Amino acid sequence: MSLLITNARPYGEDAVDIRIEDGRIAAIGPGLEADGAQVVDAAGLVALPGLVDLHTHLREPGREDAETVETGSRAAALGGFTAVHAMANTDPVADTAGVVEQVWRLGQEAGLVDVVPVGAVTVGLRGERLAELGAMADSAARVRVFSDDGHCVADPALMRRALEYVKALDGVVAQHAEEPRLTVGAQMNEGDRSARLGLVGWPAAAEEAVIARDVLLAGHVGARLHVCHVSTAGSVDILRWAKSRGVQVTAEVTPHHLLLTDECAETYDPVFKVNPPLRSDADVQALRAGLADGTIDAVATDHAPHAVEDKESEWASARPGMLGLEQALSIVVQTMVEPGLLDWRGVADRMSVRPAAIGRLDGHGRPLAVGEPASLLLLDPTHRATVDPAALASRSRNSPYAGRELPGRVVATFLRGTATVLDGKAQK
Amino acid sequence: MKRHLLEAADLDRADATLVLDTAGQIESALAGREVKKLPTLRGRTVVNLFYEDSTRTRISFELAAKRLSADVINFSAKGSSVSKGESLKDTALTLEAMGSDAIVIRHQASGAPHRLAQWVKGSVVNAGDGTHEHPTQALLDAYTIRQRLGRLDGVRVVLVGDVLHSRVARSNVWLLSTLGAQVTLVAPPTLLPVGVGSWPVQVSYDLDAVLSKADVVMMLRVQAERMNASFFPSAREYSRRYGLDARRMAVLPDDAIVMHPGPMNRGMEIAAEVADSARSTIVDQVGNGVSVRMAVLYLLLGGAPE
Amino acid sequence: MTMSSELPAPPPTEPAAGGPPPLLSADDVARVVDRIAHQLIERAASASPAGASDGGLADLVLVGIPTRGAPLARRLAARIEAFSGTAVDVGTVDITLYRDDLRLRGVRALEDTRLPGAGVDGRLVVLVDDVLFSGRSVRAALDALRDLGRPRAVQLAVLVDRGHRELPIRADYVGKNVPTSRTQSVKVHLAEVDGLDEVLLTEGADA
Repeated sequence: MSLLITNARPYGEDAVDIRIEDGRIAAIGPGLEADGAQVVDAAGLVALPGLVDLHTHLREPGREDAETVETGSRAAALGGFTAVHAMANTDPVADTAGVVEQVWRLGQEAGLVDVVPVGAVTVGLRGERLAELGAMADSAARVRVFSDDGHCVADPALMRRALEYVKALDGVVAQHAEEPRLTVGAQMNEGDRSARLGLVGWPAAAEEAVIARDVLLAGHVGARLHVCHVSTAGSVDILRWAKSRGVQVTAEVTPHHLLLTDECAETYDPVFKVNPPLRSDADVQALRAGLADGTIDAVATDHAPHAVEDKESEWASARPGMLGLEQALSIVVQTMVEPGLLDWRGVADRMSVRPAAIGRLDGHGRPLAVGEPASLLLLDPTHRATVDPAALASRSRNSPYAGRELPGRVVATFLRGTATVLDGKAQK
Repeated sequence: MKRHLLEAADLDRADATLVLDTAGQIESALAGREVKKLPTLRGRTVVNLFYEDSTRTRISFELAAKRLSADVINFSAKGSSVSKGESLKDTALTLEAMGSDAIVIRHQASGAPHRLAQWVKGSVVNAGDGTHEHPTQALLDAYTIRQRLGRLDGVRVVLVGDVLHSRVARSNVWLLSTLGAQVTLVAPPTLLPVGVGSWPVQVSYDLDAVLSKADVVMMLRVQAERMNASFFPSAREYSRRYGLDARRMAVLPDDAIVMHPGPMNRGMEIAAEVADSARSTIVDQVGNGVSVRMAVLYLLLGGAPE
Repeated sequence: MTMSSELPAPPPTEPAAGGPPPLLSADDVARVVDRIAHQLIERAASASPAGASDGGLADLVLVGIPTRGAPLARRLAARIEAFSGTAVDVGTVDITLYRDDLRLRGVRALEDTRLPGAGVDGRLVVLVDDVLFSGRSVRAALDALRDLGRPRAVQLAVLVDRGHRELPIRADYVGKNVPTSRTQSVKVHLAEVDGLDEVLLTEGADA
């Protein structure tokens, strides 16, 4: 089956037609003939390589009431993603080949995005001893990213061993950087607002101290380190320093940390409770600058669905986390593209090329060029719409963007030549 | 007045003064009477929803509501459906379905009253939420200061103790500064929140340095357990550096007063001879609490529903 | 029996610029207060045991209903003392907390409640208010008095009675009866509160 996308603007540049055959880009150029192919009119739309998320919580197995691999995949496709990394903190934890293969297979069955399981670093995320990382790497799921996300690998000796061990697997440890003794009971960013609101503070230093330790360890043992959801200006400084010293460190920032600040906590509505917490405006500016100059490699959603009862409560008893897949690109357009911090090639780099490289996903993050896999999205950058959580494809409703008007609409997503989204609607 | 009393921080000077003036009028209306009851809130129902044990605050609110002829329901979270896992929201909606007009809530989670106010149609009164605020305590403290000193504008108030964990301190900081008082916080640095620099207060680590210029010294309760988390080395050292004893009391100006929101740790933050001295307003504070809470209930419930 | 009586029609006055002439001018208000003071003295004397040195006035307590009943009560007391040489007790009782229409209007600020040290038990209490209309304020004042003590008797003195009673209440002393329609409003201004004395009848119900 073949497709002809007409008048699309690859990376926002001159409009061309894109012919797709057998899951690959067969031709790019002006005025291509339809030749019986299905035609998709993309006049005015920007074409980008399919997005890759390094950090998604799909909740299956264990909390299928909050999200499933299928509903999460649909949300991802609607957000323009063609691959998502599914975090390991499920129930049971994805710390064996059996669980990661189950998640991978569910993703294949859903068929909307490539669901790439992340394996736990330690058994049960308990931070005590290594899980069977090699078995997960060798499984059908081909795990390359290992993370105890939700928990920090706090023990420095254990972290060192994990960094060393995954070298043999071409893997990477994705660290949730949070010194646990500094964040006991922590509820929000520690600062002026936490002081006034009477919520226990989560100090920036608790993140920065772990990142500083880990870049030193990674440099020492010559291993790859990835830092999840960087949230502070200090973290950006440490990463910049480490990269200048040649440490193999990469980092991600979430859409919500690019947009929202701890001011959101003033309502005590836990839809704004997240870990790491929303920070100050100065942090937001530093994160945008870090993403613009490449110190931060990737935007990753940390999409964290939660059932209504886990959010409709007092702040302290609510679970941390926010939805992100369906609005991620819109947030990047608003915070990075519209202010001129990133062009469309920059967006493709931070949301597709680099995350695919970090996750060692050969078939993703490829350029829009003849012969490459036809995994791409079409975006209407001028469309503006107000976010309605009830209209989201995710099974959960904990979107921090409810009621906000955001720019950009994913009109279509193609996974290896198959439309997963057309006219803004999921195709299954 | 707004529909709810959630925090002292959102009371402006006019609202705060109205509460204090109303409390004064109510106190004079009831002075010397045998029947200490007013018909004002007849037919209205006030629920005391207490997730933490606080007998004195609950009794004070209960008395205030009853003296205004409201029906009062005390709902303690212990031994109720709450202990079986019912959510705050479900509990609140149940109480409202039973006809409550106002919910007075004490909760261990900061912001719980704000959440409640998003869910119910009636009024919500914060009777202490986590380490956030305890606005009626601050109102009764301000009332007591005004009663003793005749003014609040320019009064120099020194708040001593565990500011970090104190909802009383937060409410007093906002209310007293709104009413024109000059507030100084005194505590070991471990018991001051990061971010205190943004508060409209002076901060000192040295109690002796500020006492001679204080019109009011308000001692906060310090829990000895805090020393286990290394907020301070020992109860003895805390008491020596930050406790109010007779020697320190002697340094105070002649008409200065000593306050404590209770319950006191005698011998820890306050010496018995200070607590029982003529400067102490601790008993006045308790009595004024009822008048102030009557004023709050009247102002929230006494008018037309919005 | 009523001791109220009509004033003679007010002397023609120059109409105030842009408005109707007042129902009562400042001079009228003063005359009315004097007359009610005299009536109170006579009434007290007739009720007291023969030969009581104070003319029965020690028994009397004037209790004003805020806002404008309070200064009216103080004026009456001053005039009684001027005419009789005897000081009488004055107090105020705020009725807000006793009103039956709280839920119909926004919340109101409270005013003073102050009774003389001797209290009201066994004494003649005269409630003083500016305007008698529906009677609900007076009922609230009676309810408040019941909680404050047990007077021997309670009477009512008002500057203006404008009719439209909703309760079986009448005044014992009336400065002026004014037939009104419900759509009109009677505004009493007193120097202590408003800077001048006058009573106006205006179109449009009270805001």
